[in-house]
Amino acid sequence: MPRLRVTTGTSIDGFTLNNCLHMGVMASIWDVSLPAIPSPLLMKLPRLGEGIDPAAIVGFEMEQMILPRLSGPHVPHYIAQGMFEDQPYLVMERIPGTSLLPMLERLPLEPHEVAALGCRIAKALDDLHRQHLVHLDLKPSNLLFRPTGEVVFIDFGLSHHDELPDLMGEEFRLPYGTAPYMAPEQVMGQRKDPRSDQFALGVLMYFFLTGVRPFGDPQRLSGLKRRLWRDPVPPRRLRPDCPPWLQEIILRCLEVHPAWRFPTAAQLAHALQHPEQVRLTSRSERLKQDPFLTVLRRRFADHSYLSKPKLGATARQDGDAPFLAVAIDLSPEAAPVADEIRTMVTRMLATLPGARVACLNVLKQGRIKLDDVLDEHGRNIHLQRLIQLRHWAEALQLEEGRISFHVLETPDTADAILTYVNANKVDHVIMGARASSLRRTLLGSVSSQVTSHAGCSVTVVRTRQLRSSDTPMEPEEEHSGSWTVG
Amino acid sequence: MRIALMADFHANLRALEACIDHAKAQRADRLVFLGDYVGYGPEPQEVMERIMQESERGAIAVAGNHDQAVAEARESMNADAETAMAWTRGQLGPEAREFLSSLPLRFEDDTRLYVHASPQTYPAWIYVNDGPAAKRALEASRAQIVFCGHVHQPALHGITATGQLVSFQPVPGVPIPLSRQRRWLTVLGSVGQPRDGITAAAYAMFDDQTTALTHHRVPYDVEATVAAILDAGLPQELASRLRKGR
Repeated sequence: MPRLRVTTGTSIDGFTLNNCLHMGVMASIWDVSLPAIPSPLLMKLPRLGEGIDPAAIVGFEMEQMILPRLSGPHVPHYIAQGMFEDQPYLVMERIPGTSLLPMLERLPLEPHEVAALGCRIAKALDDLHRQHLVHLDLKPSNLLFRPTGEVVFIDFGLSHHDELPDLMGEEFRLPYGTAPYMAPEQVMGQRKDPRSDQFALGVLMYFFLTGVRPFGDPQRLSGLKRRLWRDPVPPRRLRPDCPPWLQEIILRCLEVHPAWRFPTAAQLAHALQHPEQVRLTSRSERLKQDPFLTVLRRRFADHSYLSKPKLGATARQDGDAPFLAVAIDLSPEAAPVADEIRTMVTRMLATLPGARVACLNVLKQGRIKLDDVLDEHGRNIHLQRLIQLRHWAEALQLEEGRISFHVLETPDTADAILTYVNANKVDHVIMGARASSLRRTLLGSVSSQVTSHAGCSVTVVRTRQLRSSDTPMEPEEEHSGSWTVG
Repeated sequence: MRIALMADFHANLRALEACIDHAKAQRADRLVFLGDYVGYGPEPQEVMERIMQESERGAIAVAGNHDQAVAEARESMNADAETAMAWTRGQLGPEAREFLSSLPLRFEDDTRLYVHASPQTYPAWIYVNDGPAAKRALEASRAQIVFCGHVHQPALHGITATGQLVSFQPVPGVPIPLSRQRRWLTVLGSVGQPRDGITAAAYAMFDDQTTALTHHRVPYDVEATVAAILDAGLPQELASRLRKGR
């Protein structure tokens, strides 16, 4: 079969090849241009022929199927694909700048840098997982940044898409991935668990924090499998200044069983963003690897469960581990609504075993003068609010780690809630309606603002007897420092 | 060109109308009918009139086992199917009988093959209900894509030149590009008697430009068809299975 010779200046279906950016074993990557599209473009041409790894062409087929189905800032935009004289090609947006690869030269990074980077990657991962994709090859060379700062994933050749045939998984018995970053279940041939990407991110954070890869770079399957029983050296041993919460997060990502990791990447991102809310377990204290006998026992344990689908029931992308934000008005007149909200959240949690709850309260501040941080009894108002929030949530009986408390100090209630919701990838906001319709008229409705601007579902809770027709319209004093919504 | 492919209508007029309406709304350029127009259901004559009307306008139709059984009771059927078939014979006019007996068993359209059950000719009416069966079926054909029905449960199977098999349960409404580097066999769900636990009628759309195949599910008035089955005095089980999609 005649093979297309591509050089600078070659034209493929209208795209002009400018220069070769990368000549890899699997594919060559070209900078291309098309008069109709002014932005920079990139063309991927898989290498065909004798002696080429069949995984290369299958990976390319996967990418051809997957890329057109993805959208948003965290993936390169798909432009075109086709066949040109027996040579398949794929054209996508070219992301300017380099990958994370050059950063390897300045490792180790500071703990706060690692957490900030990990958080950005986790948010981008969550976006991919919501699009039914498990990346399965997360590593520094596959991560780019847009000039606007968003993380962009590239190379979906090894990925698994829930709604598309998995050509990779069906065809190859050996696991495909990148040895240092591959999750244990991936090593065992399981390709459907989004939490595998969390493991890879854990490896990346560990590596960036310590300068050492937690499981080395094994070259054989037996070496790859070692991570099923041998736990990594705790990061704090290598980096004494690593805060316990960061070790807690990294080691949780590196858990062998996916069910022991975070239920979703969004919850991982939230933990990295709110260190004070991370529940510390023995993971955070560890300074040594597990003792020999423990490792030996694990070495001969049955690991076949890892290759079975559906580990645990909480990590599917279709939303059974959602992130709920509950906005609670702590003022006395809103107590009935707060009770109603608690009842509703309790019911929702019963059907959502993986859900995570953030309890929000807004401490209103004047726009001009700085309000006192202490109340008339000399108590710290912020702290008082946190105590009240915890008290409100006690009846939910959620273990620590699944619930967090946030007092947002701001002049604008709706804005504060929206900022929190959008920055933390919240799935569902539950909030109360303002108790009195007159106050709603005078002050505007916070819930309607949140409802119209939040990028997720919003449930507005109202107690039955407080509907406008049943309530006497009497003006109320606005309590200083409290807020109500409605 | 956008090709709408439908199979296993089983004399269910409402399900047929719902699928044709859906396909036309999706800008289908061509309709392909993969057999089993009659049997089991309450409206054989009405369904045949509609099929013949579309066929005059250029739709492609092949024959299924129930269609053959109208003319000659060669294949042994279960008791309910036999009862329904005896009733069906009395319902069909001469024109419909003539049309059914004139249908081809297979139709080749460019690199695609349309057939009711399988490209294999012996034994007759094989069920392609798993990956290995799909592989054998593909080995019996040279077409790049084989479209068939008969099983009443949608599926997609692909093989590479080296015989590597991929089997997949299509997700309704999600287009899957059928790469030209592979050969594919897709089993269509049933229009008139789905058996995958979903009551909605099933059909698929193929776009030969983008090579995208999309399986669709279209809801229709199941209860009205159930009532019509009972009114016609057909076996009760044929009505209740429509409600369960089994």
